[in-house]
Amino acid sequence: MSTPSDAQIWDWLAEVPDPEIPVVSVTDLGIVRDIRWDGDTLVVAVTPTYSGCPATAVIDLAIESHLRDRGIGDLRLERRLSPPWTTDWVTQEGRDKLRAYGIAPPVDGTASDGGTAARAARLAGRSNLVIACPRCGSGNTERVSQFGSTPCKASYRCKDCLEPFDYFKCH
Amino acid sequence: MPSLPDMTTPDVVALAESAAAAQSHDPHVQDVDLKPAFFDWLCRMGDNTLILGHRISEWCGHGPALEEDIALANTALDLIGHTQMWLGLAAEVQSEGRTADDLAFLRDAMKFRNLQLAELPNGDMAVTLMREFLFDAWHFHMLTALTRSASPRVAEIAAKALKEVSYHLERSSDLVVRLGDGTQESHARMQEALDRLWPYSGEMFVADAVDDAVANAGIAPVLADLQPAWQQTVEEVLAEATLTRPEGRADVHRGGKQGRHTEHLGYILAQMQFLQRAYPGASW
Repeated sequence: MSTPSDAQIWDWLAEVPDPEIPVVSVTDLGIVRDIRWDGDTLVVAVTPTYSGCPATAVIDLAIESHLRDRGIGDLRLERRLSPPWTTDWVTQEGRDKLRAYGIAPPVDGTASDGGTAARAARLAGRSNLVIACPRCGSGNTERVSQFGSTPCKASYRCKDCLEPFDYFKCH
Repeated sequence: MPSLPDMTTPDVVALAESAAAAQSHDPHVQDVDLKPAFFDWLCRMGDNTLILGHRISEWCGHGPALEEDIALANTALDLIGHTQMWLGLAAEVQSEGRTADDLAFLRDAMKFRNLQLAELPNGDMAVTLMREFLFDAWHFHMLTALTRSASPRVAEIAAKALKEVSYHLERSSDLVVRLGDGTQESHARMQEALDRLWPYSGEMFVADAVDDAVANAGIAPVLADLQPAWQQTVEEVLAEATLTRPEGRADVHRGGKQGRHTEHLGYILAQMQFLQRAYPGASW
């Protein structure tokens, strides 16, 4: 077969779902950092979300098998650590999909290295940051735990509609 | 709440980018003279996260509340993730064809280089959280310094891990304050945990020839230079938690970094390494 264009490969990658949150793709999450050709070998650089995320190996496998199914036989996946992944790389489309799925998308500027003021507010258990309930849209929500069902999420609760929900926390 | 260290690290991404550019030619990785000390030091980093991560994972399914259970499991996962990076680089530096898994599962206790603090039993939640807090405070300041390492490979691992360790320190500080400044019972248990763990905390700052060699190479900070920042973080949180810092020496129990461990490490390894010892090379 003829060599597919880079645009075609990115389109294929956009079809690979995240194993934990299947409504978003690996490109929505911003974890595919680069594609390039090393001779006849396609090299796909993938960055981990969290160091210990158990989905990492599954994601690599999903990318590899999807591209092989599209006819790319000569393929290598490369782990890229830097720059470290940030939720700023989650696409707008990805954020909309997360919200529709019931997960509040990340609000930028609140990552753990996002500055002293935001950090101090979080430490004190208060923040002017509004995490809107993905079900009813209310901003009257509270954090239940900084850690949620996967490393990338925190647990929240809506004080209006009482729905518990996941917040895809900034990182 | 105490004013914990400034976690603004705006230069991390830029540093990490230059680290990525230099990744394929980090001269330290192939430096033959540096190899023994660099390998040993990478094992110290990786063994700390491996052994503490394993310890914390023992809480999985036993946490006092669902959210705590999940938080502990998440923290353990982060630490095991860091282990893969540190021991992976250690294996590369050693260049004897071993992998991170080989180092984790096929070394015996005396070859482990973790702090004694990391291997102590979980005890109750007070001991677990206090141990985590004392370690997190060191881990945070250590990784912050390592983002400026002369070794780009070390710097990029530190930049990645630091984002996660910031969460760990936030959480453990928060809980130390809540429980220390909580009920009479929780206060007493936290003080008891602090008194018990304090004599193990000083080992982090006792440098030996390995620490000196990596510091001279610009790979890691001089340990004594980290101590004041750690002390400040710890004292601020303890004050807020209404806990009293013990009077005694902090470096009574040490030797883990040189392979001298408490009796507890062998039991951890017996459980963790059983499968690879019983069925060498097993994989699935």
